[in-house]
Amino acid sequence: MIDFVGKKRWFFLISAIAIIVAIISLAVFKLQPGIDFAGGTSTTINLTPKVERSESPQLQAQLRQEMTEFGHPEAIIQFQRKTSDFFVRMKFMSPEEVNELEDRLEGVFHRDVEISVPLEMSPTIAAKTAHNAGIAVGIAAIATLLYIAWAFRRMTKPFRWGTCAIIALIHDVLIVIGIFSILGKVANVEVDAMFITGLLAVVGYSINNTVVVFDRIRENMSKGISPDFAVTVNSSLIETLQRSLNTSLTTLCVILALFLFGGATIHHFILVLLIGLLAGTYSSLFIAGPLLVVWEKGEWRQLFSWLPFVRKPV
Amino acid sequence: MKKRNIYLLIFILILFGFALWSIVPINTKLLGPNGLTLGLDLRGGSQLLYKADLSKKDPSVTDSQAMSSVIEKIQRRVNQYGTTEPVIQKQGTDQILVQLPGVKDIREAISLIGKTALLDFREQKLDENGSPVLDDKGNWVFEDESAKAAGRDGKERELTGEYLNHARMDMDPYEGPVVVIEWDSEGGYLFEKITERNLHKPLAIFLDNEEISAPVVQSIIRAGTAGQIEGHFTIEEAENLAIQLNSGALDVPLTISGQENVDPSLGADSIQKSKQAAIIGIILLLLFMIVYYRLPGLIACISLGIYGTFLLAIFSAFPITLTLSGIAGAILSLGMAVDANVLIFERMKEELRTGRTLGATVEAGFDRAWTAIRDSNITTFIACAVLIWLGTSATFHASMVSGFAVTLFIGVALSMFTAIVITRTFLRLIVSSRLITNAAAYGVRT
Repeated sequence: MIDFVGKKRWFFLISAIAIIVAIISLAVFKLQPGIDFAGGTSTTINLTPKVERSESPQLQAQLRQEMTEFGHPEAIIQFQRKTSDFFVRMKFMSPEEVNELEDRLEGVFHRDVEISVPLEMSPTIAAKTAHNAGIAVGIAAIATLLYIAWAFRRMTKPFRWGTCAIIALIHDVLIVIGIFSILGKVANVEVDAMFITGLLAVVGYSINNTVVVFDRIRENMSKGISPDFAVTVNSSLIETLQRSLNTSLTTLCVILALFLFGGATIHHFILVLLIGLLAGTYSSLFIAGPLLVVWEKGEWRQLFSWLPFVRKPV
Repeated sequence: MKKRNIYLLIFILILFGFALWSIVPINTKLLGPNGLTLGLDLRGGSQLLYKADLSKKDPSVTDSQAMSSVIEKIQRRVNQYGTTEPVIQKQGTDQILVQLPGVKDIREAISLIGKTALLDFREQKLDENGSPVLDDKGNWVFEDESAKAAGRDGKERELTGEYLNHARMDMDPYEGPVVVIEWDSEGGYLFEKITERNLHKPLAIFLDNEEISAPVVQSIIRAGTAGQIEGHFTIEEAENLAIQLNSGALDVPLTISGQENVDPSLGADSIQKSKQAAIIGIILLLLFMIVYYRLPGLIACISLGIYGTFLLAIFSAFPITLTLSGIAGAILSLGMAVDANVLIFERMKEELRTGRTLGATVEAGFDRAWTAIRDSNITTFIACAVLIWLGTSATFHASMVSGFAVTLFIGVALSMFTAIVITRTFLRLIVSSRLITNAAAYGVRT
């Protein structure tokens, strides 16, 4: 039998490094706000001869490709059916850039291209909305903690179970945000409204996974399979391993297909789900359960004994 | 036992047929099949462009302050109108761009958003002798100025919509749809004084400088009691007026300067690609289930197919406006539906290995997996309930949060039904029919 719980320090170490890197990156690089949060400019692109309704999706795909190569992958492009123009919202664009883009598009489309004077646009999502979403998730997490504590009320310390589930959740969310902060720095990846939605899904996935693992520990506790809590947790992890892997693999099928073959506009959104799925599977197996063991056995101090200022256990 | 399962199977099949009929439009004229309602990001919608007349703004505020106040009020109106994830933003210095998904009556939406909604009251105009002035048609004429009264601090104040606490549509037995208004404490005080002064006289109600009705004051309306605006409204008109009054009068008048139909913000090309990718992903998922779990896996695939059909039927029946955040909730719930099946099958395998009979295995598998499914799903329900409650509350409004939570909630409830009722009924029927008894078909090597 593999001893997962015995290797818990390694798992904690990996997570601790990931989280510290995430926090440092967040503090230093922050997140790159997309046009949903930061605003930008809007313009209409008109082609002559005019774009027919039937050719608009194909031309739009081409236009997005050109905008991406022109340094505006964030552009939201909408075809306007009455005027047959493309309405484009993007980050700030100067008049010189507009001229350059006009020439470039004329070369690609072999039509006359006219781009209207860009107008400044305010954010569509106030910082307050993102803030509110955060508070809503916080309150939802507290409600979840209370329910888990109630569901595990037969256990000796039910609140520990709820707390460990929430720690696993924070772990997953921090890793996703941290990676996006790094990607923002190195690849100019921006966060938008879809990012918030993606985080919500990560939260839901994380809680679901942890509860399933905890359920098995609870069952094995009441069966009394071992007097040693660490052994109970370890066999529960092994028993649920197949289920955890299979559930993750099935979800991964869908997410990976969307990531590899899906449209460019949801690429970053799917990336949030992908990272969240991996982090969530990891934390439900190697963080939430082992944390319970550490807490149960009072090994907190031992865990931090490598720190110079922590008193060594006797 | 066996009979009960057959009845359940028939019940499931009838439900399935109904669900299928409701999402596949055979004849759109019949009730039911209206397909899915999709949001701005997935289907596009109407784009309205308003121009603000900044010359009419209060000189004490800056242009951008006036604009953000107007935008905030428009946001409130659009939210109360029940629109899912609209786009409202300032363009240039004096334009406001509004994008709305699938609006039924665009003219109604245009006036709801763009109307200033300045509410005030006017007293009857009297000539030197104190008798009412009449116009050529013999109608009463009202003052050009709003009715004023001394406030609690003794200062003269015009009674306007500014002092409104809350407005709502109500049905009056004689007048039909009316708007009931509740004043705040200052407004109630002013209203009491004005009705006292105009007792048994007509008092005109003006909206945007237009008279909407002029009822005769029957009694003094004391502070703290609600007033009522009558104006031969339709229900929609009364509801929209209540929304406008609640959001507050716009700081500057708006005129509509453009109206367009726009394509989805996620891009038709990109959505097409993503659809294909999702189909590939789901096929992979189903293949995995069948290869790994064999017969139960195949049954799970069938019940997941039924699950998907039910989910879409519920979305189109409500109807729920699906956006990307709604889809994210649905994807997550699909994951949980698969998870419920995986949990049950893993348990069944464990039981089979201990040498139980197939019938006992199916029952034990479901019983053992139940606590895990129950607790993880209830946790999700609770989190969703909080997100829906906060996401739709007026002070908090974040419709992408509630959009996500609504579809997740429905999806998880349905996934429980799928796993516990549909998969179980199918498995019981197959096991009791003794068609397939080979343990290998259930994924266990013997």
